[in-house]
Amino acid sequence: MTDLSKTPEATPAKGGAFLSVRDLKVHFTTSDGIVKATDGLSFDLERGKTLGIVGESGSGKSVSSSAIMGLHRGTNAMLSGEILLDGVDLLKVSNEDMRKRRGRDVAMIFQDPLSAMHPYYTVGNQIMEAYQVHNDVTKREARKRAIEMLDRVGIPQPDRRVDDYPHQFSGGMRQRAMIAMGLINNPSLLIADEPTTALDVTVQAQILDLLQDLQRDFDAAIIIITHDLGVVAEMADDVLVMYAGRAVEYGPGKEILTNPEMPYTWGLLSSVPDLTASTEAKLIPIRGNPPSLLNPPPGCPFEPRCDHTAKVGGDLCRTTLPDLTPANSGGSHVKRCHIKNADEVYEAEILPEIAPDLVED
Amino acid sequence: MSDTTIATAASVAPASTETVLSVENLKMHFPVKGSGIVRRTVGHVKAVDGVSFEVAKGTALGLVGESGCGKSTTGRMVTRLYKPTEGKINFEGTDIANYSGKQLHPMRREIQMIFQDPSTSLNPRHTVGSIIGAPLRIHKMVPKDKVLDRVQELLEIVGLNPEHYNRYPHEFSGGQRQRIGIARALTLQPKLLVADEPVSALDVSIQAQVINLLQDLQKEFDISFLFIAHDLAIVRHFCPEIAVMYLGKIVEIGDRESIYEHAHHPYTQALLSAVPDVKQAAIGGRRERIRLEGDVPSPINPPSGCHFRTRCAIAKDICSVVEPPLLQIGKKHKVACHFPGEIHQHPEKPVTAPLLGVDEFGAPDPGASPAEVPGDGPGYADTWYDLANNSRGSA
Repeated sequence: MTDLSKTPEATPAKGGAFLSVRDLKVHFTTSDGIVKATDGLSFDLERGKTLGIVGESGSGKSVSSSAIMGLHRGTNAMLSGEILLDGVDLLKVSNEDMRKRRGRDVAMIFQDPLSAMHPYYTVGNQIMEAYQVHNDVTKREARKRAIEMLDRVGIPQPDRRVDDYPHQFSGGMRQRAMIAMGLINNPSLLIADEPTTALDVTVQAQILDLLQDLQRDFDAAIIIITHDLGVVAEMADDVLVMYAGRAVEYGPGKEILTNPEMPYTWGLLSSVPDLTASTEAKLIPIRGNPPSLLNPPPGCPFEPRCDHTAKVGGDLCRTTLPDLTPANSGGSHVKRCHIKNADEVYEAEILPEIAPDLVED
Repeated sequence: MSDTTIATAASVAPASTETVLSVENLKMHFPVKGSGIVRRTVGHVKAVDGVSFEVAKGTALGLVGESGCGKSTTGRMVTRLYKPTEGKINFEGTDIANYSGKQLHPMRREIQMIFQDPSTSLNPRHTVGSIIGAPLRIHKMVPKDKVLDRVQELLEIVGLNPEHYNRYPHEFSGGQRQRIGIARALTLQPKLLVADEPVSALDVSIQAQVINLLQDLQKEFDISFLFIAHDLAIVRHFCPEIAVMYLGKIVEIGDRESIYEHAHHPYTQALLSAVPDVKQAAIGGRRERIRLEGDVPSPINPPSGCHFRTRCAIAKDICSVVEPPLLQIGKKHKVACHFPGEIHQHPEKPVTAPLLGVDEFGAPDPGASPAEVPGDGPGYADTWYDLANNSRGSA
């Protein structure tokens, strides 16, 4: 543990970032042992920028973002590290202070709007509550503001729909209402946890458009958690790939998706079919299953599923956890992998499989 | 396994093979009951409103569309979990649409289903062995003492450890549970598998494993698939033929190339343009897309004429008056639109008007004589309407 707790040296310690997460750890004690859901996560995010976090279920994406929202307070979770939002460490502020910030400075959009909204209250009531908690306004003013926000997110006839219950909304409209609720206090940081996973592609496109428009208007920083690499490719400025509670690759979105240097990212890219690939080719899945976060093995967490361990030699992959080191392509792109010439391996072995048309040039 | 079965089961559409399933003008209208003691029927949800398609032996037909478009209802009617309001379901030549429970019993062997959510479709209080063995016992396929052997064989086929027959569903991961669901569907060696969103509840890396498994099984056992999904990329990968549904109707149906490269219906075009693309990372920003405004209208009161007209960018007067027929415009390509054409190349005048005997605003035209619309049936006709020349074409 002591060895792992040092801040990964490769991540640039920018002081001025709007949101700066440093060596965040979220551990849960269970009867079977300690589950290290997030284990040493660091990233920075500027205002007006979008960070995409990708990874499988159980890789610690949602747990990390809940930590930023302070949602682990009052549970048995053990948190350490720093979450600096505008210079204030959110892990150190009092519960009362966090309650004031939650919703005003940091807001969250949840994956399933049907279970995230209260079925017994009208949509308008729930949005108004979010506004009244942070602003000393009358009910009438709050209602006016709620209607304004519903209109802003594109709900038709907002003055009538404000009195509807969540079940009277369609899936896309509920997600819009959630966004309206999240943005009503103009938060400077918006965390969207799988905001479009439950939605159809056409509605997904509408919601992503909406998020981008609103980001431009409010200059908010957005963290978008998803497992859809297509969404990340279109939305994110920076991409963080998580596996087993750790960042395994982090850098500018374009770099990560065009020159990935970590076998897990390769696996993610090659296991999804796209709309232009040859249909004769088989999908190349990542074999095996995600690891248990209880008693993780000492080496690289991806080692049991990795096809490239032979390139490292010895049993380095099995015994030693690789550090986040600068990728060969340079810049701020970092990866957690022992393979030295990962960029060459990608060009030679992976790219022909996932995008044969790009190999020639 | 002989070489011939491999050839027909490959992911390319075989030229012409035996049709396993032929669905004709299938309708499912769910009654909406009013409140009060009498609970009179006050309307109908037209979940599926006249769909026709064919599935050939050993291939896959993909059904895509937004939620609520009736794709799952169609699948459930084909497996006869629902009794259709109207229409025919011809399975190997026999119409099973009105079969009673008893008559259906032997049919259940032939048509099986894979469900979307593997954790809710497996009984948590039964062991895997009992879940997979149940169909064998019910249909008395093998002697009682051989059931376990067959269960273990099936577990091995779907890539699970045969020793695990004594475990319960909760002891498996999501991907493994979906494999159990697939094993259960395979027990009776069905000819047709209805897969209702088989991978959408799974992680990306696991999705590919399950899709590959389904393709291997298809090749090995020559199974036909009705593959229901909303993920267009997965459907393109798995199905040589695709039907796009909107509000209870098929708006476009055709082989893979016709749908994905030469879509002629504005809805299909909008769907395809909405799919986020990983390759966009190299270019940056968002893809140019066709924005669809608003939501799908209620199937209780669908719009008059063309169901899609309320959200369509190219809708004209005729669209609100006359419903466009499903017109065959290529060897394996049918589209239900008055103005079919590739993006930005939709014709000015409704091509369907002369065929239907109406003028370009949809009013009855006494001068024109309605002609037979090519492609009005479950399969594909040998001749079709050639859009380039406004005439009949053929192979």
